[in-house]
Amino acid sequence: MRIAKSFLYVLGLPALLVLIWWLSTLGATSFFVPTPGTLASTFGKTWFGDRIFTDVLPSILRLLAGVSAAIILGILAGLLIGSIPWLRALTEPVLEFFRAVPPPVLVPVLMLLMGISDSMKVVVIISGCIWPVLLNTIEGVRAIDGVLSDSAHTYGIGGWARVRYLVLPSAGPQILAGVRQCLSIGLILMVISEMFASSSGLGFTIVQFQRSFAVPEMWSGIVILGLIGVAMSFIFQFTERRILRWYYGLREVENAV
Amino acid sequence: MTKRTLGLAGILGFLLTWELIPRLGLVEARFLPPASEVLAALAVDFQLTAFWAAVGETLLAWVLGLAAAVLLAVAAGFVVGSSQFLRRFTNSTVEFLRPIPSVALIPLAVLLFGVKIESSLMLIIYASFWQIFIQVLYGVADVDNVAMQTARSFGLKTVARVRYVVFPTALPYLMTGVRLAASVALILAITAELVIGSPGLGREIALAQSGGAISGMYALIVATGLIGVLINLLMRFIERKTLSWHSSIRSEVIV
Repeated sequence: MRIAKSFLYVLGLPALLVLIWWLSTLGATSFFVPTPGTLASTFGKTWFGDRIFTDVLPSILRLLAGVSAAIILGILAGLLIGSIPWLRALTEPVLEFFRAVPPPVLVPVLMLLMGISDSMKVVVIISGCIWPVLLNTIEGVRAIDGVLSDSAHTYGIGGWARVRYLVLPSAGPQILAGVRQCLSIGLILMVISEMFASSSGLGFTIVQFQRSFAVPEMWSGIVILGLIGVAMSFIFQFTERRILRWYYGLREVENAV
Repeated sequence: MTKRTLGLAGILGFLLTWELIPRLGLVEARFLPPASEVLAALAVDFQLTAFWAAVGETLLAWVLGLAAAVLLAVAAGFVVGSSQFLRRFTNSTVEFLRPIPSVALIPLAVLLFGVKIESSLMLIIYASFWQIFIQVLYGVADVDNVAMQTARSFGLKTVARVRYVVFPTALPYLMTGVRLAASVALILAITAELVIGSPGLGREIALAQSGGAISGMYALIVATGLIGVLINLLMRFIERKTLSWHSSIRSEVIV
């Protein structure tokens, strides 16, 4: 009974929305909005075939490469800058500026500097994604509990052990908040870098469909991007729950009191 | 040395490095002009009406989009957030729609509105809406049970309860959402102009790039960064003013 109920909760609204969509496209066939049936059949035809290997997978690989590089670089640099006060003061205004630059404007710059290539697209993704991770890590490192930090110092815990057992756990929630922002920026940049300068990839293909007025195909491309976004957000939530299990446990205990 | 002078030194150091990289020939100057040249181009831009018109277009799209997103998200957030049933019922759909990158809607926006401000607005509203909506949901869920029961036993009606209990609780969350949404809205405004070509700074950047006006392009990019910094400062200021009563602001020592 409980399973059936939560099943209804999960699928109720989507089913209702599809029904409304289906009914509203039943009578008049709008040029801009395909019927659910057309969209589903186009989706299969368009994306299950060569396109998976020529457009979808390369895009996803570039996205993964860029995002993971940005996360690693951001955390490393953040740990360094966050633990040295003078370095933080020195870099803060410059970093604030770079964070404020809208990442997509870097696409034309990097196109100029690196030419149109796969590595340029990965660098575009890195250059946009690194800021939320970096700044959140700096903040997280800065906000380490003073008592904990002093205790670690008294017990002679330093170097890598300090990073592993004190700095990373206390900055963890904040670092992951940065990672969450970085994922959506990464997806945006992947699409934009391909829309701008490319002859393959998801962004390119979708714009191509739009220019040739292949409307159902274009919608199916939007759906694919949505699915990638959803998949990334689920993977992230799952990993976050695992990494921060102690943290959520702690919060539950605190809230219960 | 104080924090401020160090920060200033950091900026100067960065500009110096930027100046030296093309001067020493590490990167060709026609791809990366030295900082002095770019800043000079920016100074020239500041005297041009066309530049300020583009800034105006961008900020107009930003402010309209953000305002619409705030209104929609606050209305939807309070309605959905105050009912357990609606929260669970909409959860799966929200979690599906939220991660859809708004740039995926660029082709659709072009088809529907063409090269106009409406296209930018569509993307800005879509992207900013979720940031605020989710925060409002959290905020409404965070209402203290004791405060709610107290308000009830004092005989406060629904409207009064929303006004005096739910709204103050949700306000800090809402402000965080608005602050995040403000920078997202700027990103989307400029992206839309860059990719679609609706009028504004983004389009000027694309034009400068295709026209080979490289220092001009860098100057415009620096300008977008400056606008971003100003918007961040403005949002922090507004947040501090509206939440001056809240402990998170009162206990804040630095920043």
